[in-house]
Amino acid sequence: MAVLRPAGDFDRSYQQDMSILRKPWHLLVTVLAIAVLYLTPFLNSAYITFTLNRIAYTVIALQGLNFLTGFTGQISLGQAGFMLVGGYASALVSTYWGLPIWLAIPVAALVTGGVGLLFGLPSLRVKGFYLAMATLAAQFIIPWLTRQPFLADYLGGTKGFIDVPTPTVFGVSLGEQSQFIYLSVTVMLIMTVLANNISRTRLGRAFVAIRDNDLAAELLGVNLFGYKLRAFFIAAVFAGVAGALRAHLQRAVGTELGYNLVESVLFLGMLVIGGLGTNLGPYLGAIFVILVSDFALWFGPRLAEIFPANAAALQSSFRPIFFGMVLVLFLIFEPRGMAHRWMLMKAAWRLRPFAR
Amino acid sequence: MNWVLVPQQIINGLLNGGTLALIALGIVLIFKSSEVFNFAAGHMVMLGAFLTWMFAGGEGTGEELFHLPLWAAVIAASIVAIGIGFLIERLALRPMTGQPLLAIILMTLGLSQVMEGLTTVAYGVQPKGNFPAPFSPSDAFNIPIPKVNGESIVFLDRLQIGHARLATFVVAIVAAVLFILFFQYTKTGLAMRATSENHELAQSMGIKVSRVFGWSWAIAGIVATLGGVLLATLSGVSVSLSTVALVAFPAILLGGLESFPGAIVGGLLVGLAQEIVRASTVVEVRNASDIAPYILLLIILVLRPEGLFGQRRIERI
Repeated sequence: MAVLRPAGDFDRSYQQDMSILRKPWHLLVTVLAIAVLYLTPFLNSAYITFTLNRIAYTVIALQGLNFLTGFTGQISLGQAGFMLVGGYASALVSTYWGLPIWLAIPVAALVTGGVGLLFGLPSLRVKGFYLAMATLAAQFIIPWLTRQPFLADYLGGTKGFIDVPTPTVFGVSLGEQSQFIYLSVTVMLIMTVLANNISRTRLGRAFVAIRDNDLAAELLGVNLFGYKLRAFFIAAVFAGVAGALRAHLQRAVGTELGYNLVESVLFLGMLVIGGLGTNLGPYLGAIFVILVSDFALWFGPRLAEIFPANAAALQSSFRPIFFGMVLVLFLIFEPRGMAHRWMLMKAAWRLRPFAR
Repeated sequence: MNWVLVPQQIINGLLNGGTLALIALGIVLIFKSSEVFNFAAGHMVMLGAFLTWMFAGGEGTGEELFHLPLWAAVIAASIVAIGIGFLIERLALRPMTGQPLLAIILMTLGLSQVMEGLTTVAYGVQPKGNFPAPFSPSDAFNIPIPKVNGESIVFLDRLQIGHARLATFVVAIVAAVLFILFFQYTKTGLAMRATSENHELAQSMGIKVSRVFGWSWAIAGIVATLGGVLLATLSGVSVSLSTVALVAFPAILLGGLESFPGAIVGGLLVGLAQEIVRASTVVEVRNASDIAPYILLLIILVLRPEGLFGQRRIERI
């Protein structure tokens, strides 16, 4: 992607060319933003902490999906199913083996990565729409498996796993939403650094080559199957981390709490709204869609007061209508997502007064 | 395997598969003409059933606008469904021409969310049990079969074929065959087949391709409405009716994406797979009835990705 820079702004060394934070003020803004994130618990707002926690795990799940769908171009309808694996894995190892949270999350991530590899196997034979169906199969088979009676002793059957242990970091128990922020934001930042770096290494460039034309990529020496499997692995690892965070946050994990096809569709929609194949996309998409659906949740009951005849229906139906409309409008008018619009705005700012 | 149950389950499976085949046909129809895989098909099914329910008198409180007999209600609902099909094609999918696959898939998924929400607003979250049932579900043909006297295999002494299920099967298969004949012999059908072969070529032969897209969505609307009515006569109508599409998807891949006979055979096979699994003596296998279509789908994808009747695709750079 050609980056428009004003005259006189150029790199003097390779190190400078490769750095993410190129200018001192980039560093300043980043540090300030991180500081703001860590200070949010002091705002004492239940809504803000609740939302920030949700955004944190959603962003991580989206970053994983972004590698698979955005960079590699393999459509996945199974990200919520993989999150479920991560949630259960983390809940199990921290309950039965007593692993601390900083070990439980990586273990959950690796377990989920393994499951991701398993469901990535069909990518050897099929692609595009057919692969989407294979991941749809994952989205049905995984939740079904967790509900089975023969696993109920461990996984809790249809009710799900209740009483996931509260994570403890440095001897401090993170039971409250406002305390959990420290954990979720830290993990989100670590995963962001990881995602940003994977996307510009050999791996990330191979992914993009596969997305743009898989046959051409193969001719250039990209091992198609190997790299597709790696994309599935990375997507599942990120989903596992997100699922583990969510399980410890909600203190429970199971199909009662979602993790269904609608959620997988929601993730894909968020990614497209935010911007496929960009590092900013997961952030923009998660924040925008979560805020919009919260607005819909708030607005539904207000509307129900005006039309009391249909109150129950209005309350439960507003979210899908809102999300569906936003997604459809974005696909028609801004298919490259908010990240693309942000790039255009930045370019216009730099080129002013020559650009509108 | 509980062999006593197997013949009965085979019959049940085939009868259920008929409706699945019809719904699968609607999806294949759109895919063939415009290469759009319609993830909103289930919601079109649900909407068609709700519309029919509304035209047939709804809750029956006496305040409804319509009190049509079932056949008239189906026709009225089909006409509305045709309009909805045209609208979807014109407003949502026409702008997506030339966009990547993911965008088109997401468009139909987004549409399905909108349709689910709007249907809930219009008809409420409660399932409606009072859908007109032309055939009593309790009536059944009892067909005696002579006992096959083996060492261990003893069949049932009679098979039960429910009137209602048999009727839905017959209607579904007749409708499916009618649609296939429509594609073989009418001018619109021929135009659709030509379009599915090659858009540019069809356009140059004087076929208005964009109108064919509209027509295929409209006909898919009719097919979905019929499927929805058949399902609703058995189980009543509710928002969860849309999940039937999730069973129809494996049926389509099984039969091959571009093949009408494939959709029918696929639908029957998936219905069969679901019911035969239920005859197992192992409880874990019996529970797998819900995901049996998807396990079948994974096997198909690995062994024969183009399906039983589909075309193998050759790619060129």
